[in-house]
Amino acid sequence: MATVWDAAEVKSTGRSSRQSAHVALPATKTGAPRVRRRLGPGPAIPFGLQIGPALLVLLWVGGSALGLIDPRILSAPWTVVEAFGRLIEQGRLQDNFVTSASRALIGLSIGLVIGTLLAVIAGLSRIGEALIDGPIQIKRAIPTLALIPLLILWFGIGEGMKVTTIVLAVIIPIYIHTHNALRSIDSRYVELAETLRMSQKDFILQVVLPGALPGFLLGLRFAVTLCWVSLVVVEQINATSGLGYMIDLARTYGQTDVILVGLVVYVLLGLVSDGLVRLLERRVLTWRRTLAN
Amino acid sequence: MAPHASQLNAVHVRNLVRGFKSKTILDGVDLDIAEGEFVALLGKSGSGKSTFLRALAGLDHDVEGTGTLETPENLSVVFQDARLLPWRTVIQNVTLGLPGANGQDAGRKALAEVGLAGRETAWPNQLSGGEQQRVALARSLVREPALLLADEPFGALDALTRIKMHALLRELCARHRPAVLLVTHDVDEAISLADRILVLDEGRFVEDLRIDMPEPRDHGDPRFAEFRSHLLRSLGVNLPGRKAA
Repeated sequence: MATVWDAAEVKSTGRSSRQSAHVALPATKTGAPRVRRRLGPGPAIPFGLQIGPALLVLLWVGGSALGLIDPRILSAPWTVVEAFGRLIEQGRLQDNFVTSASRALIGLSIGLVIGTLLAVIAGLSRIGEALIDGPIQIKRAIPTLALIPLLILWFGIGEGMKVTTIVLAVIIPIYIHTHNALRSIDSRYVELAETLRMSQKDFILQVVLPGALPGFLLGLRFAVTLCWVSLVVVEQINATSGLGYMIDLARTYGQTDVILVGLVVYVLLGLVSDGLVRLLERRVLTWRRTLAN
Repeated sequence: MAPHASQLNAVHVRNLVRGFKSKTILDGVDLDIAEGEFVALLGKSGSGKSTFLRALAGLDHDVEGTGTLETPENLSVVFQDARLLPWRTVIQNVTLGLPGANGQDAGRKALAEVGLAGRETAWPNQLSGGEQQRVALARSLVREPALLLADEPFGALDALTRIKMHALLRELCARHRPAVLLVTHDVDEAISLADRILVLDEGRFVEDLRIDMPEPRDHGDPRFAEFRSHLLRSLGVNLPGRKAA
């Protein structure tokens, strides 16, 4: 009843009949398809993800060209490009990059192994959990940066301190996500393994570890990000080489162009490494992709 | 070696009690299942039929109980859900825990038997519900069980798929001759498949019925209807205006 009345009123207010067909729900007279208001965000915009960053760069270029941005605050894009070329020519960028990347890689690898081992021990045995889980949760509550003074006293200001800081940071997400994934493996699969009389070894290799792999890979993505973050921090404290050192030195001389070069390299490193982990995820979790499709 | 009874019987159960402190679920159950015999177990929900099956399967770690329970070492369970590992291919699921190349060949053969030859390398979630359950059947068969325990294996399937699965299960059992205990709530399913039907009520068997109809069994057969109304009455279902034929 109400809808019919509504439709009549819409017509009487003089809107076009096409509009009224959209507003009036029954729409039986005109046979026009019923149109609902769209609540979702709608179809994707082509190159949607690139628009925001491109706009920022555009603002930067425009602001620098028009002299609205003081080069002492933020160097112009072309100055940064020049600095980039100069740093590569001098070999400073490559050297510092290699130093930083190897620190990150060593720290990440060690942290990965330790974190996974701890998670597997804690995930598969009650005693392991009792011994490991508590300390890890405590460690998790301490910001890694807060440990640096202690680590400097223990390991000095050399490579040992830097790698240890990264290791300690990386262990946490790997452990948390792998352990959680191990613990949330469906008990129905455990029951299945029992009825199939699987050996302990088969059970771990066929059921537990593959089942926990998605969690491990999620942890790995967090770990990779964290590893760069802690790298930046350790390299700006008492370092004599590395990207962070290069940036810190540039601060002393007020070279915003060099600082920006360093930041751009960090961005690229972060995005590329995250992309690599995602690629790895797609490779090893084929069974999941079929589900998503 | 084994007592006399278990040489003739695949399952030998005496005075089986299962329950928790506050509640008895199985109240002194006796049962023998002969080798190659197909037994269907009916019961209302909460009657203890799943508990009984889980006791036979040795899956009731946390349930207290007493009694004699003899089952073959080589038993296999089919669950209501296909319970395939999503991260293993179909063939890997079938041969799970089996050693080596022999397992591979046997797995391929079992898959062919359930009509899934050629799907070896598919992932479980690429299969339909009926196909997944057929993989689960193949996983059981490949172990050549002396006893097959099935816990409402077709309960989650649609009616048409279920009929096809009944035919498949009958065919497979005729070929491999395991003793079968099929837990179900579907009376028609029980009558079409089983040699013998048990009804469990409040932890005790209240019915032990031999179905001596030739196979395949016609649902329109008056004896089928007779069994059905008899069993429904045992299950506490009284259909008004529908007299037993």
